[in-house]
Amino acid sequence: MRDPKIPLIPERDHNKSPVLECVGLGIDFGGLTAVDDFNITISPTEICGLIGPNGAGKTTIFNLLTKVYNPTRGSIFLEGKNTKRYNTKDVNKEGIARTFQNIRLFKNLTVLENVLVGLHNEMDYRLFGSIFRLPSYWRSERIARERALELLSIFNMQDIAEHKAGSLPYGSQRRLEIVRALATNPSILLLDEPAAGMNPAETESLMEHIGQIRDTFQIAIFLIEHDMQLVMGVCEGVAVLNYGKLIAKGTPSEIQRDPRVIEAYLGTGGQADA
Amino acid sequence: MLLVSQLINGLQLGSIYALVALGYTMVYGIIKLLNFAHGEIIMVGGYIALFSLTLGNFHPVVAALLTVAGCTLLAVILEKLTYAPLRFAPRLSLLITAIGISILLQNVAQFFFDAAPRSFPASELFPVGTVMLGNVSVAYTSLVTIVLSIVSMISLTILVQRTKLGKAMRAVSEDTEAAQLMGVNVNNVITFTFAVGAALAGIGALLFVARFPQVTPTMGAMLGLKAFVAAVLGGIGSIPGAMVGGYAVGLIEVLAVYVGLSRWTDGLVFLVLIIVLLVRPTGIMGRKLMEKV
Amino acid sequence: MKEFRISMPMRYIINSLLLVAFIVAGHLITQSGLLGRAHNANIVSVGIFIILAVSLNLSTGYLGQLPLGHAGFMAIGAYAGAIFWRSGLLPSTASVPAGLLVAGLAAAVVGVIIGIPALRLKGDYLAIITLGFGEIIRVIINNLDSVTGGAGGLHGIPRHSNFLIVYLCVIICCIAIHMLMKSRHGRAILSIRENEIAAESCGINTTYYKVMAFAFSAFFAGIAGALFAGNIGLLVPGEFDFMTSINILMIVVLGGMGSMAGSVIAASILTSLPLFMAALNEYRMIIYALMLIIVMLFKPSGLLGTYDFSLSRLLEKLIRRRIAAKSKVKEGEA
Repeated sequence: MRDPKIPLIPERDHNKSPVLECVGLGIDFGGLTAVDDFNITISPTEICGLIGPNGAGKTTIFNLLTKVYNPTRGSIFLEGKNTKRYNTKDVNKEGIARTFQNIRLFKNLTVLENVLVGLHNEMDYRLFGSIFRLPSYWRSERIARERALELLSIFNMQDIAEHKAGSLPYGSQRRLEIVRALATNPSILLLDEPAAGMNPAETESLMEHIGQIRDTFQIAIFLIEHDMQLVMGVCEGVAVLNYGKLIAKGTPSEIQRDPRVIEAYLGTGGQADA
Repeated sequence: MLLVSQLINGLQLGSIYALVALGYTMVYGIIKLLNFAHGEIIMVGGYIALFSLTLGNFHPVVAALLTVAGCTLLAVILEKLTYAPLRFAPRLSLLITAIGISILLQNVAQFFFDAAPRSFPASELFPVGTVMLGNVSVAYTSLVTIVLSIVSMISLTILVQRTKLGKAMRAVSEDTEAAQLMGVNVNNVITFTFAVGAALAGIGALLFVARFPQVTPTMGAMLGLKAFVAAVLGGIGSIPGAMVGGYAVGLIEVLAVYVGLSRWTDGLVFLVLIIVLLVRPTGIMGRKLMEKV
Repeated sequence: MKEFRISMPMRYIINSLLLVAFIVAGHLITQSGLLGRAHNANIVSVGIFIILAVSLNLSTGYLGQLPLGHAGFMAIGAYAGAIFWRSGLLPSTASVPAGLLVAGLAAAVVGVIIGIPALRLKGDYLAIITLGFGEIIRVIINNLDSVTGGAGGLHGIPRHSNFLIVYLCVIICCIAIHMLMKSRHGRAILSIRENEIAAESCGINTTYYKVMAFAFSAFFAGIAGALFAGNIGLLVPGEFDFMTSINILMIVVLGGMGSMAGSVIAASILTSLPLFMAALNEYRMIIYALMLIIVMLFKPSGLLGTYDFSLSRLLEKLIRRRIAAKSKVKEGEA
């Protein structure tokens, strides 16, 4: 069996340094250890899955990576840089973008505006430029708008750009969150249950899109998902979390055979109905 | 000696703030609403007490009971009419509604009872006189006020910690939906919380007019604001916090006057509040809350 | 067929022409003395409340916070402007805009000083802390007798505030806030209202934008304060208490939080109604309070919700309709 601490790197990334490294990451909530000794290495174009039973601490790990929570122990390295002093917005500027398990869109803004918020730091005009409508404003806004529509076209959403984000169906809202995250020009994209609430056909097409996003943007994707078909189908590496601890990491086929994973999911008897 | 009697004075004032602060804290604890109208409940209490003594010629005990009952009833009606329909509305709407009720009550009172202060026959309500504690003379009203506030707090703590209803209150405050699923009648619990807060405000009203014997339509505004500061200072949502905050505000005010800063007292109270909030955003005894992501 | 649209430069030209026409017409009418002194003062007063409401709407409607100390910023501007004007540092033509700028900047600086600590706290705590600051400002003004005249008031302030000056300020305020909101900075402010954690995760510096919105809001409240001083000619600290803050908030809420047009309309109606209907004065606050509660219960988004009026859009609609009618006629002929 593979040691979880040993990174799993797809062949094409063999001589590149990892985009994300966690070393001994942990957090306590008032005495309760939610995540402990979490180690992972993600290479620049890897699609990595994070699975585990409910309450295992998966979303907490995303919150640690994006500094919504500050880790109690351990370090996070983003492209080799320690993120110790960063807050949520710094982490995003340095290259981590994310979606949320309970969708957090800007509901009363339009689809386009949601993506434009994501492009905020890509635009360069200043406050003065916006109030006096200097040429820098017009140029920057035009470029951003074109870029936003281009990003929306990944999911074929450019025609609903003027709709209110809150009025979209569930699946589209999830997709819009991905587009908004991509707009911030990340080097690693965290997806928190991207397929939750989607029907099988939608999930199928989402799988294709995840691969396609990786290929076009050449970024790493780290995703939490309960849909095993999606995880096993699209991920190159899978990490398994139970009670806040990493119990296994490997290729999808290794994980499927791992007795500890089977135990975590099915219980010791192994007769429970999954 | 002057200092000691001033300190007792401060405790008396602080006890009133504490009683009113308890109302703010309980309502905030359960539905996260800053009940801006709470001060106006006290004002209404003041008028009820005044009219039942002067117009009704009731026995002081009856007048006091009427006051507490009137405040409670008013709060329950307001809760059912305005806050209950907004249970799932954004918190901002709830807060603005509370501000609206506060202005409404103030102006209705002004319309009916006139803006001019009416003097309150405090001597009919509480015995006048002093007792000697050591060599400091203490007014009966001071003693009654301090003792009554402590008794109120203890009974409230017992209510919340020991009774079934108290358990329901804590459950609703922790997680409204889960409490509902466990069979707690959330609406009743919330109404009950408002009622208890208002009853304490009624007692507060009686003690307030005993200390400052006049009644005006705006009397609740500043008192409410200060009590509210006390609640925040102590840590909003915490019962002992409200008491600590109340005493703190009362003592700050009295000491400010003592050292000759009487014109700055209001500013000073708010300044202390701001400093405390910046150093400890959840107040002296408040719990740290974490937003779930 | 491509939909008809008015081009951006054309929009700007149309809107500018209309605004100039409005200012000139208003100036001529008020100067002619046709309306009488009292009505002129009322019109000025409406303008001042428009600025107050539109500026508060920035931090309430757009940023989504509930500051309860807007009157405090107004007070700082009022006293800063009044003291500047009374000092007679500059000749009168330069003195008016300079005084307004001083007033705005003084309020904005205090806004930043208050905003940096206050905006780190969320929701209700922000309301409390701004309320506290508003009260402190009032107590300070009350007690700094040598500078502010204390409770006795500050007298003999030059009465600069005429229609022209006040409504130029109204227009500048509305345009500046409009331009701000239709930019990346404005979207950042809106995103904080919508979902703060998501905004931060998109790389938005939420503290910076909160303070920016707050400072903008304070800046214009300060200007409104100075205009207020220049309208009345006399300042007493009691003018700037908690109820004044609530009055402004009421205008914003009734107009619709997040709608500039709503703020303008509500400010115009609520400020001028009691002036024209003196009989109503006795019930005024009762009616306002009832309206506030009823609006919250039945239409929490206010009069206009977040809808914002656009003249160009209205024109476009009308022209499109004409085009459609014409093409129908043509089809009929063919």
